[in-house]
Amino acid sequence: MSAPVGTDVPADLSARALARRRRQESRRRGWRTFRGHRSGMVGLGILTVFILLALLAPLILPAEGLEVTKATGGVLEPPSTEFWLGTDDKGRSVLTLLVWGARISLFVGLMATLVAMVIGTLIGLTSGFFGGWPGALLFRMTEWFLVIPFLPLAIVLSTVLGRSLLNIVIVIGVTSWPGTALLIRSQTITIRERPYLERARVLGAGSAHQIRRHVLPNVMPMVFANTTLTVAIAILTETTLSFLGLGDPTRVSWGSMLDAAFEVGAITTGAWWFIVPPGVCVVLVVLSFTLVGKALEEVLNPRLGMR
Amino acid sequence: MTLLAGSDYGEVRTWRKGSYGRYVLGRCLGAVGSLGFMLVVSFFLFRVLPGDPARTLGRGRFTTPEQLEEFNRTYGLDQSLPRQFLTFVQNTLSGDLGISLRYRVPVSDLIVDRMWPTILLVGSSTVLAIVIGVWMGVRGAWNRGGRFDNTSTGVSLTLYSMPEWWLGLLLIAALAVGVGPLPGLFPTGGLHSIDAEPGTVSWVLDTIWHLTLPVVTLTLAYLADYALIMRSSLLDELGEDYLTTARAKGLRDVQVRNRHAVRNALLPTTTIVALNIGFVVSGAITVETVFSIPGLGLLATEALTVPDYWVLQGTFLIASTGVILANLAANLVYGLLDPRVRT
Repeated sequence: MSAPVGTDVPADLSARALARRRRQESRRRGWRTFRGHRSGMVGLGILTVFILLALLAPLILPAEGLEVTKATGGVLEPPSTEFWLGTDDKGRSVLTLLVWGARISLFVGLMATLVAMVIGTLIGLTSGFFGGWPGALLFRMTEWFLVIPFLPLAIVLSTVLGRSLLNIVIVIGVTSWPGTALLIRSQTITIRERPYLERARVLGAGSAHQIRRHVLPNVMPMVFANTTLTVAIAILTETTLSFLGLGDPTRVSWGSMLDAAFEVGAITTGAWWFIVPPGVCVVLVVLSFTLVGKALEEVLNPRLGMR
Repeated sequence: MTLLAGSDYGEVRTWRKGSYGRYVLGRCLGAVGSLGFMLVVSFFLFRVLPGDPARTLGRGRFTTPEQLEEFNRTYGLDQSLPRQFLTFVQNTLSGDLGISLRYRVPVSDLIVDRMWPTILLVGSSTVLAIVIGVWMGVRGAWNRGGRFDNTSTGVSLTLYSMPEWWLGLLLIAALAVGVGPLPGLFPTGGLHSIDAEPGTVSWVLDTIWHLTLPVVTLTLAYLADYALIMRSSLLDELGEDYLTTARAKGLRDVQVRNRHAVRNALLPTTTIVALNIGFVVSGAITVETVFSIPGLGLLATEALTVPDYWVLQGTFLIASTGVILANLAANLVYGLLDPRVRT
C-alpha cells in the first residue's frame, strides 16, 4: 500500500514517476509473497484452467452440443468413450454442458461481483468519509442487508424482476455488497483520521480530491482481496438460484444442470454423472477463489500472516 | 460473509461507554428500525417495482377491465401510495398477510403450520455446528500446523465452498438411496412416515430419523464458519501475556487452554453466531427443498412456480423477522458477556 507521494503539488511529473515506481515495486513484492502461499498458488492454477476452458469453449466443444434437437446420445447414458461424462435427460453430453456452463457461472459470478463492488465501495466510502447522520443511516442500511437472510430476499427480487441473465446478475449484486461496504467503511474511517489527510485538508483539499487521491488508493488493495472472496460467494449464489429455477432458462449453467438433474430424479436412478461433475466444478472454482482471496488478504495485510 | 468478522472496529473509540440498560434500549430500537425497513422494502418490492402490480400479481389472469378493478379494490391498489403503505403495515401487524393464490387459505395460517419443521432444523443444526465447529477450531489452533489442524482447515474450506443442498443430494444418494450393495439407511425425504401415529414415542423417533440427514447436511455446511473463526481468534490470543502468566503459575496445558485462552477467544465467535443465522435460514430453504421437508423453505420454493406472491412475501417477512429477533437476542447476550461492546 504505497501512499502517493507529493500529490498535492499539481502536475509534478517527477513525483508522479516516483510514485509509479514505488507502486510497481510494491506490486512485485506482493507477487513474491503471494508465490510463497502454496494454497493460493494452487487456487490460481485451478482458476486459470477453468477460465481458459470457459474462454475456449467454442473451440473445444461446438455449441451445437447444447441444442436439444441435435442431441445424439440416449437419455441419461452412463459415461462411455463417446460421452466421457455420460448424457443428460435430453441426450446431450454432460461434458459439453459442463464446459459451456462454466462460461455462464463464471460470467454471472464476475459481473455480480462487479455490481456488488461498485455498490459496496460507494456506500462504504460515503458512510465512512462523511459520517454524520447520512453516514449513520447508510451504516444501518448496510447492517440490515448483512443481517437479513439473503436467499428469501434474492428469491423475492428475482421473482419480481423476472428471469434473465442480467436480472440474476443484479439480484446477486444487490444482495452481496454489504460485507464490502462494511470493510471499506472501517478502512475509510481509519484513513480519514491519519495526519496526512489532516494535512491535505489544511492545504485546502476538497472531499473529492481527498477521496480520489488519498482514500481510494489506500482502500483499493483491500477491495481487491475482498473481490475474490465475493466472487466465490456470488458463484455459490448463482448456483443456488439457478437450482431453484430462478436463473436464465435459456442458458446452461452448473446450477441449472443440477436443477435438471434433481427434477428428473437422477439421484434415485443413480445417474451420478449428472449430479457429481457440476457440483465438483462449483466446489473447485469457489474453493480456488476463496484460497486466492485469503492468500491476497495475507499479502496485503501482513498482520494476518502469523495465522 | 463471516470472513469479514469484526469489521466495525474504529467505532469503539468515538462512542461513549454506557450502561447495559442503555445498550439494551439502543439495540431494541435498532431492531425496531430493521423491522420497519423490512416492511418498506417488502412493500416497494411487491407494489412499486414491477410496474403495474395488478398485472404482475395476476400474470395475465384478468381479461376484462372489471376484473382488474375488482382486484385493485380487494388489494387496496386504487388508493394513494402512502395510504396503501399504511394499510399494508396495519394488515401485517394484525397478522393478515394476504391469501395464498395457490392454496386459497390465509398466508399466516400456512406459515404457522409450516414454521416448526424449519425452527427444528435451523435450531438443531446451529447448535451442532457451533459445538463441533468450536471444538475443531480450538483443537486445530492449539496444535497449529499439526495433522489435525491441516485436515480440519482443508475440510472446513471445502465444506464452506459447497452449496449445502448439493451436499444434501450427495448424502441422499449415498445414505438414503444406497450405493451399490449398500442399502439406504435413511428416508429420502419428508418429515414423517405415513403410518406414524402423532404424539407417540415411535412418532418422535420417526421424526428424528427423517430429520437426521437434513440436520447433518446443514451442520456440515455451517460448522466450517465456526471452525475457521474460532481457530483464528484463538490464534490471536496465543501470543498474549496472560497465557504466559497462567503457564508460569504452573497451570496445566488444558487449564490454560480452557480456562483462559478459549474463554476470551469465544467472544468473536459469538458475533458470528448472530450473523450466521441469516445464512442458516437461507440454507434451510434449499435443504428443505431437496429433502422435501414441509417447512417454510419448501413453502417458499413451491410458491415460486405459481408464482404465489403473497406466500413469497409472507415467508420473506417471517424469515427476516425471525433473523432480526435472533440477532437482537444474540447481541443482548453478547453485551452481557463483554462490557466493552456496550457502547
